[in-house]
Amino acid sequence: MEDKGINPWVSTEYSQPEYVRMIENIHALNENLIVRVEDFSLFYGDKPALKRINLSIKKNRVTAIIGPSGCGKSTLLRAFNRMNDLIPNVRIEGRILIDGEDICKKDTDLVALRRKVGMVFQKPNPFPMSIYENVAFGLKIAGEKDRARLDQLVEKSLRQAALWDEAGDILDRSALTLSGGQQQRLCLARALVIEPEIILMDEPASALDPISTAKLEALIYSLKKDYTIVIVTHNMQQAARVADYTAFLLLGELVEYDETRKIFTNPTDKRTEDYITGRFG
Amino acid sequence: MKGWDKFFALASGLCVLIIFAFLFWIIFIIARNGAGTISWEFFTAAPVEGMTEGGIFPAIYGTVFLVLVMTVFLMPFGVMAGIYLAEYAPQNSRLTQAIRLAVNNLAGVPSIVFGLFGVGFFIQYAGRGLDRTLGLETVFSQPCLLWAAATLAILNLPVVIKTSEEAIKAVPLEHREAAFALGATKLKMIVRVVLPQAFSGILTGAILSVSRGAGEVAPILFTGAAYYLPYIPKLPTDQFMELGYHIFVLSTQSPDVDKTQPLLYGTILVLLLLTLALNTFAIGLRVRMRRKYGR
Amino acid sequence: MKRGERITNSILEGGLKLSALLAIFLIFLIFIFIFKEALPIFTNPGVRSEVDLRDLFASSVWQPVSDHPRFSLLPLFLGTLKLSLIAILFATPLALGAAIFTAEFAPRALKETIKPGIEILAGIPSVVMGAFALLTLASVLQGIFGWTMRLNAVNAGIALGLAIVPTIYSVADDALRAVPGSFREAAYALGSRRNQAIFRVIIPVALPGIFAGFMLGLGRAIGETMIVLLASGNAAILSLDPALSTRSFSATIAAELGEVVFGSTHYAVLFFIGALLFVITFIINLIANLVVERFKVRLAGVA
Repeated sequence: MEDKGINPWVSTEYSQPEYVRMIENIHALNENLIVRVEDFSLFYGDKPALKRINLSIKKNRVTAIIGPSGCGKSTLLRAFNRMNDLIPNVRIEGRILIDGEDICKKDTDLVALRRKVGMVFQKPNPFPMSIYENVAFGLKIAGEKDRARLDQLVEKSLRQAALWDEAGDILDRSALTLSGGQQQRLCLARALVIEPEIILMDEPASALDPISTAKLEALIYSLKKDYTIVIVTHNMQQAARVADYTAFLLLGELVEYDETRKIFTNPTDKRTEDYITGRFG
Repeated sequence: MKGWDKFFALASGLCVLIIFAFLFWIIFIIARNGAGTISWEFFTAAPVEGMTEGGIFPAIYGTVFLVLVMTVFLMPFGVMAGIYLAEYAPQNSRLTQAIRLAVNNLAGVPSIVFGLFGVGFFIQYAGRGLDRTLGLETVFSQPCLLWAAATLAILNLPVVIKTSEEAIKAVPLEHREAAFALGATKLKMIVRVVLPQAFSGILTGAILSVSRGAGEVAPILFTGAAYYLPYIPKLPTDQFMELGYHIFVLSTQSPDVDKTQPLLYGTILVLLLLTLALNTFAIGLRVRMRRKYGR
Repeated sequence: MKRGERITNSILEGGLKLSALLAIFLIFLIFIFIFKEALPIFTNPGVRSEVDLRDLFASSVWQPVSDHPRFSLLPLFLGTLKLSLIAILFATPLALGAAIFTAEFAPRALKETIKPGIEILAGIPSVVMGAFALLTLASVLQGIFGWTMRLNAVNAGIALGLAIVPTIYSVADDALRAVPGSFREAAYALGSRRNQAIFRVIIPVALPGIFAGFMLGLGRAIGETMIVLLASGNAAILSLDPALSTRSFSATIAAELGEVVFGSTHYAVLFFIGALLFVITFIINLIANLVVERFKVRLAGVA
């Protein structure tokens, strides 16, 4: 797929629709779109959880997905790194393109995908190992053995996650001795160390106190220049604070997707307005 | 509480008391009669004078050798099957149900039947086959430590499978998700995240099976245990003396019952202490693990 | 994932599956190889001239080592029956009472001593239990009841019972604790006393589980060897009198296989007994396991 993307113009091996799509993809890249969701539906058994979603996510921006609980926002997020595969009886339709490549195909390399698309979960979930081992995990499973390089990358991502000052001296201590907020930043560092392009955050602050939440939000803002961030949140103020774009999901449907400012000040859809003004949810 | 309630509380409490009374009685009798025999010599010397004097070193040595070889056979298969059942087996599939049923039923097969199986399969079939293929004369086709250990391994397989499966399933889903999200393959996730966390649970199974392996006599009666050996076994193809079997021998086939009695009690005490220590350790581990996962 | 890694992974995962399948495989293997050694009873004319199925089940004397060996399984069957019956009668009330006490009456701290204590009892090797019955229990019982035979079915049965108490207890305890709290609350809300809640609601609901524990205990009692071998006296007497010395299937194999000539009639008969033991305990365990399985499914539906 990679070599196909480099120069489709000189090749004659492509069918018409493939051609069109490739051109679209190149346009997409030009427009700085990193994720394109096309007519994407997801079913748990026969029950649809996501219905024909279409949206594009811009590179180096923070995109928030909001909506009442059960609307499918976490499911959509987990579709980006195929974490829904862990649930039995899940069926999908449509496509999700990341860097122009459809990740919904059967033969998608999940390991490569998940190294490109990192994730931070709702509850901090550090492994019961040392802080160092937690951060180094992603490198070690990829076969990195060079101690010096490991040390260097661990430090770099701990700094990126604003945890180095607090944890730099206690790298050998168990990650479980950290506070909740620190644990969540550790999980962020753990995701950053393998240098993903996109970071998915599934209500990352829902288990944190307000101070830790503020720290995390500042962090998200600073990470924007290097990463594309997609964040699911049920907290609308949080979406308003951190996100450039916001998508509103309701009952598995994408109701509205626009710049955050527009969504919160002048929504087009009545349902969006009802939700952000707190009439339901 | 009054009336009948009180009666039932007392009656059921009495059942507990009776059980514990027997437990303490057994331990007390054996400790009282065996303690006098315990000495340095008892542990380090071989039996002499038609086993009416001396120690039990060969039996202790044989028991340790036996359970070590058993563990080598047992743990890889047991843990691997546990991993399969916990991580891979499709729930509610016919095959998975059949495997679970087989594991449960294997646990209920009488130990003497395992002994017969050891004779029929390991010695008469596998042993003969090996000897024939390797051009040897009765090396494998006779009772020996190797086959006794293999028989005990089969006997203990269900214990290890079940404890491993339980321990693996207790590892929280969040940790698996985190590993997957970092690009771990399922196997790497299992090896690096699940197994280290399940370690103490798997160890519990290993200790329980060692304890059981050290105490079971019926499966080794005909597969390798020796009444008396003038030498210490060096190879897995040697016969061996064993604590449990030694107790059986001393209590039924002694030429001089009164002279043997102290040795008998001493041996019983040693085996009892060994298994009690192992079991206490295993129970302690399990209690700690349950607390950790809040169950 | 690289191709090489993918191949290694599928090999390893195949290994995992094979290990699990080993359990099924072993069940068949055990049956086949024990039955194989017993087969001469049905096929070998030499063996058949010494014993046929009618002798095994119809005559009444077990005398395998003599000029005219006689292989009747009846005294052994009766002995096994007698021993397991005594063991079950001794163990079931004790184990059940203890399970009810831990599940319903015991304060938490006591509960946490009782369970490990019973696990310790489960950890006592059967040869130790057998030796205890042989050396101590037999004399005490003889002192009380004045039996002429010191080693007898009651002595071995009680020791056997002690060995199966943990089995019955743990399954019954699981069953009692699997009864949803809502049932208990419903019973109390209707004004039941504690014993009414226990006997009219909790025990009836947990009954399949309790039954399964009883069956597993029975299976163990039938197959247990060393206790019987050491404590029962081992005389193959065709009698129901529990005060007489008794011989079981399992102890017969343990006592005689060591001295038997490989391939002889006696050898085949001992393996036939083994096959019989395997089949009997297999059926008992199968029933117990199926009952437990259904019990779990049913409660999962309610809870």
